[in-house]
Amino acid sequence: MLAVIATLVLGTSVSSQYLSSYNVLSLGLSNGEIAIMCLPLALIIITGEIDLSITSTLALSSSLLGYLWLHHWPMPGIILTVLVLGGVLGAVNGLLVTRLGLPSLAVTIGTLTLYAGVAEIVLGSTIVSNFPSTYTTIGVTGFPHTDISYSAVFFVVLAAVFGLVLHGTKLGRSIFAVGLNAEAALYSGIRVKRVKTGLFVVSGIVSAFAGVLYTFRLNTAEYDNGSGLILSVVAIVLLGGVSIFGGKGSLLGVFLAVLVFAGLQNAILLTSFPQDATGIVTGGLLLVAILLQGGALVEKLGRMSVRAKASRT
Amino acid sequence: MQSALRGVAPADSSPVLRLEHATKAFGAVQALVDGSIELWPGEVHGLVGENGAGKSTLVKMLAGVHQPDSGRLVLAGKDVTLPSPAAARDAGIAVIYQEPVLFADLTVAENVFMGRQPLRSGRRIDMRAMVKKVEELLGELGVRLDPGRIARGLSIADQQVVEITKALSLDARVIVMDEPTAALSAFEADRLFAVIETLRQRGTAILFISHRIEEILAICQRVTAMRDGRHVLTEPAGTMTPDDIVRAMVGRSLVQRDEGERPRPGSPVLSVERMTREGVFVDVSFEVRSGEIVALAGLVGAGRSEVARAIFGVDRYDAGSVVVEGARLRRGSPPAAMAAGIGYVPEDRRQQGLVIEMATSTNIALASLGELRRFGFVRRAAERRFATDWSARLQVKYSRIGHPVSTLSGGNQQKVVLAKWLARKPRLLIVDEPTRGIDIATKNEVHRLLLELADEGVAVLMISSELPEVLRIADRILVMREGRLVKSLPSAEADEETVMAAATGQLAASGS
Repeated sequence: MLAVIATLVLGTSVSSQYLSSYNVLSLGLSNGEIAIMCLPLALIIITGEIDLSITSTLALSSSLLGYLWLHHWPMPGIILTVLVLGGVLGAVNGLLVTRLGLPSLAVTIGTLTLYAGVAEIVLGSTIVSNFPSTYTTIGVTGFPHTDISYSAVFFVVLAAVFGLVLHGTKLGRSIFAVGLNAEAALYSGIRVKRVKTGLFVVSGIVSAFAGVLYTFRLNTAEYDNGSGLILSVVAIVLLGGVSIFGGKGSLLGVFLAVLVFAGLQNAILLTSFPQDATGIVTGGLLLVAILLQGGALVEKLGRMSVRAKASRT
Repeated sequence: MQSALRGVAPADSSPVLRLEHATKAFGAVQALVDGSIELWPGEVHGLVGENGAGKSTLVKMLAGVHQPDSGRLVLAGKDVTLPSPAAARDAGIAVIYQEPVLFADLTVAENVFMGRQPLRSGRRIDMRAMVKKVEELLGELGVRLDPGRIARGLSIADQQVVEITKALSLDARVIVMDEPTAALSAFEADRLFAVIETLRQRGTAILFISHRIEEILAICQRVTAMRDGRHVLTEPAGTMTPDDIVRAMVGRSLVQRDEGERPRPGSPVLSVERMTREGVFVDVSFEVRSGEIVALAGLVGAGRSEVARAIFGVDRYDAGSVVVEGARLRRGSPPAAMAAGIGYVPEDRRQQGLVIEMATSTNIALASLGELRRFGFVRRAAERRFATDWSARLQVKYSRIGHPVSTLSGGNQQKVVLAKWLARKPRLLIVDEPTRGIDIATKNEVHRLLLELADEGVAVLMISSELPEVLRIADRILVMREGRLVKSLPSAEADEETVMAAATGQLAASGS
């Protein structure tokens, strides 16, 4: 909660008009995909896991989209296939983590590289940009009757769905319980592995969807689309007050953090800072997020050492 | 005590360690009321007692982990305090635990000299001197072990040898071994006994803790028995029979059973048939009937909790079956067990029973969220009412039901776990150590609650290491030892001695 308040203060002090409709539009333009990917990642981090492969899922989805388009598939079929692919990629992560018991940090660092590599094989150095304008206009025009971009609309709708699931349903309660104490969750009849695997699958599908949006917005399918965005996604989720150790966080916090991130990026665009400063923003945000969680970190380390002592005696 | 020592120590020597009337309380729990022990050089001294008799607390005092609230500790004639494990080590006391913790990636020699490696010029570690010294020590112990090998992969027996070597290198005068044989094969145990004999002849005093009475009688010169945190007796081992030791451990006073009329048990709710989990328990078969309280008794590590976890589906099992009210239960699925009407109050309430950082209300509702939903959403008001209602029935005392359950006392936390499961109206309730670490008043409430549940027709399977509790409320007692069900007896025919004898393998002593 502290993080959220600090976020707002930070946001408004840097850019006084970061909630204006123009900015909401450009938020959709420049950050829509990042924003969307934050949602499932937040849930995964709350269960105590992490998914770093999402931007490579985005890249692979974008590549497959371009590849299939070159091979004259119908667009609705392509989109469906890409979303299924996303689900499969997520399932691979989820099964490696839950069935083989591997740490998700290591697994998804591995698949981050792996999926990016597959993307490069699928599309090679080809750049596909002859998509039909019915699809590519989503990056240029707003949602019908508004100025708001498609990405922003999708983000807001998905955020509402994720928020309701996380804070209102049995599944949401299970997600928190798993993150706080997976063993107690198991003893309470929560299907811990299924919850985690399911979230990885959702993460894959949403990232694939982000890949579709990204491709249409830039009218470009390229194997390295979205590469390097992963740290921004993680930074936003942590800035939103989601504990990197799991068990704590709120969707509202993540939502506000997305707005702040967009606001900061806009501020950079509007001022005379060099464009390269976005990296500074991402890095700075990550540090701020860690600092805000510093108290929790110290507490956690303390508890771990107490537990280690207890188990030794 | 002096008379008991005749023939053990030379007349001119004196005890190397004497603990006199030590006490220790943890919060409201008096773990040690009168901890007394006396160790002479060249003596192997057996320490026996039931789980919770205060042995571990006593060991931890000698190890410098706990400090006595009162009483004195005399080492070589001088009063001492041991404020830390390091202080105990410096005073010449070494403790070998059941499963030692070594640095897996370092060599045997490096483990022995961890933190005090011999140095050569330039503050470099003198590896050669270290290996040579460890070789000597191992030779003295008569054990073949390569000082240069990595500790990873050493058997538990060899790990213990490394710890003993370390104790020797520190010139320990007292070596405490806390159930060293629990995880050893018979062959490895024999080798350990040979090492112990060598140590004894060197003049080391050894405090040897074991649940295996035959071992105690075979290798110890004297035996001390503890019960309920008190020293009961110290006698030369040669004058005692296994029966004497069991009786000293469990005491003469038998707890009165509540002689209320219990209804006859109804039809079987749970049937476990030839359930086996390799290396953990073997061929376990039993039934629990409606309205019946069945207790699984036995020593810690006998496999009781493992059986319960396999029934509930937290663990898997390799062979056999679990049948609940005629229907075979899918293995490895707690949700399936819950759907079949099983509730499980696990052994470790802070780690398994509760999500300790969540609110009391959330914890009570956590296993019942399915019933508290409308259109897929958990109704907060209904959840709160549900939790308030159930905590009132169990008289849970809390300041705010929305506060983390960690703010409650241990007894109230246990009631929250019970409420969480009673709220599901189980047909079979498994309770694992339901009264561990809670005060006597709450303990009585829990007992009354379990009896009431049985009266209502619920089948109850209770695991408890407290024999008085088992005898007081169980209708039938199943005794497990080393992964097997070794005895089943109606509680009317049971007393502490027969149960303890079966649990420790002294079946002959009880005549069966």
